[in-house]
Amino acid sequence: MSLILNHVNYVYSADTTYEIKALDDVCLEIGNGEFIGLIGHTGSGKSTLVQHMNGLLKATSGQILYNGEDIYDKDYSLKLLRQKVGLVFQYPEHQLFETDVISDVMFGPKNLKLSKIEVEKRACDALTMVGFPEEMWNRSLFELSGGQKRRVAIAGVLAMKPEMLILDEPTAGLDPKGREEILTLIRGLQKEQGITIVLVSHSMEDVANYVDRIVVMDHGRVMMNDVPREVFRHYEELEKMGLAAPQVTYIMQALRMKGLDVDIDATTIPEAREQILLALGRDWREE
Amino acid sequence: MIKDITLGQYYETDSVIHRLDPRTKLIATVVYVISLFIFDNIASFLVATAFLIAVIRLSRVPFKFIVKGMKGILFLLLFTVVMNLFLTTGDVLVKLGVFTITRQGLKAALLMLVRLTYLILGSSLMTLTTTPNNLTDGLEKLLKHLEIVKVPVHEISMMMSIALRFIPILLEETDKIMKAQMARGADFETGSIITRAKNMVPLLVPLFVSAFRRANDLAMAMEARCYKGGEGRTKMKPLVYKKNDWISKIILVVYLAAVIVAVRFGSISVAGFTL
Repeated sequence: MSLILNHVNYVYSADTTYEIKALDDVCLEIGNGEFIGLIGHTGSGKSTLVQHMNGLLKATSGQILYNGEDIYDKDYSLKLLRQKVGLVFQYPEHQLFETDVISDVMFGPKNLKLSKIEVEKRACDALTMVGFPEEMWNRSLFELSGGQKRRVAIAGVLAMKPEMLILDEPTAGLDPKGREEILTLIRGLQKEQGITIVLVSHSMEDVANYVDRIVVMDHGRVMMNDVPREVFRHYEELEKMGLAAPQVTYIMQALRMKGLDVDIDATTIPEAREQILLALGRDWREE
Repeated sequence: MIKDITLGQYYETDSVIHRLDPRTKLIATVVYVISLFIFDNIASFLVATAFLIAVIRLSRVPFKFIVKGMKGILFLLLFTVVMNLFLTTGDVLVKLGVFTITRQGLKAALLMLVRLTYLILGSSLMTLTTTPNNLTDGLEKLLKHLEIVKVPVHEISMMMSIALRFIPILLEETDKIMKAQMARGADFETGSIITRAKNMVPLLVPLFVSAFRRANDLAMAMEARCYKGGEGRTKMKPLVYKKNDWISKIILVVYLAAVIVAVRFGSISVAGFTL
């Protein structure tokens, strides 16, 4: 089970003065159960790329394979693909339309033409998965806070039982607590449900702690595709693309410059703490 | 799909037409429309065609781009032509069962086709070469004198510019919500008219909610900057007529005169037709 993109190109508004090459020869492979961070500056083409992954946009040229099948094949059902590859858009709470929470989550499974019982079961499962308290399932959507609405919207996609879940900036506009909650939820989905996750973000902090692999995009191209520590090692190149490594990386660099022998590959706060303690311990021993 | 609508869209480039004062372009459009409704023979057709082609060339907007905007009104165009063709009484040319084509009908249909096509091409050229802000500024200044009879000119033009400003935003929003619902298995393209209308609910509800939210935000932002209507308000870039605007006006007068002359004296008779 995997998603493979072969030399995918996409051009917006072809043949006009507004012509923009949004994707430029993108090759990418996403394996089953992976947790991938897709990073890029605003306008780098990351949102365009994820819309190709479930067939909402059709590539100008190139090939996309899902589980070995060409999604642009005439007989391939895009509807089925969209069920298997769930896409949560930026500010997903803007797409809610039903009168109460549970009916909105039921919209996805209902479109799959499942039995009424199955639809309800999936909706309940999804809401439980995102940790939405049961006593609020019949509330009106207008009574919810921003973070709660976002959970409902994510549940709406999860109710389709996707094998792969793509989230476009799921933490945008949330406070630090809401961010942490959403990211923990996403990690849980990957670890416990085995769902492949693609997390789109422009914040290195968000992804550094969670993902297995980082894909960096700039001007519609894939610039880097590696494990976090390797990507952050090139923090100077990242800065040229308008991105930045996590703050921890900078602290470690600064400590190294000041003569403290720390491992600059530490990307998370616990790792950094360990490294600093280790380095200090060594110094004391030497003295 | 939605982005194909060019009517009312601005095409960014630099040309003589783009640089004209919006008031000149508004007046020109009105004169052009009048000329379309007084023309009725081949000579005036040639004058109008020459004028239209010249302006399109000067505007440097690709012809393909202008024509794209016609797609939306293609049905209306066909409908009018067919109606005129079959329902005008007069000297019978062809008889096909219940349908009869008359000489007068044929002429009326052709005239209507040309008029409507030219009307759309000409007026979309105005919006293609003028930014919405400029357009409403021009309109406001042109209609300024109506304030004497208590017409709220500033408020109307402010409403217009806000409405125009929001068209692309709402289109983009529609596109986004549509995609989001399609990702949840929604289907907007198949089914009977009734099911399709029902399927629009997941699109329309969020769209209305977001339109109200945006309107609310905008009202708040305007109030925070002490907006209180047009009284005593000054412009950052006041509109001033330049040399080219006066030249354009002279050309317009000449054009209108040419059309009138052509209508009066330019008719030719071919095979019983007065063209």
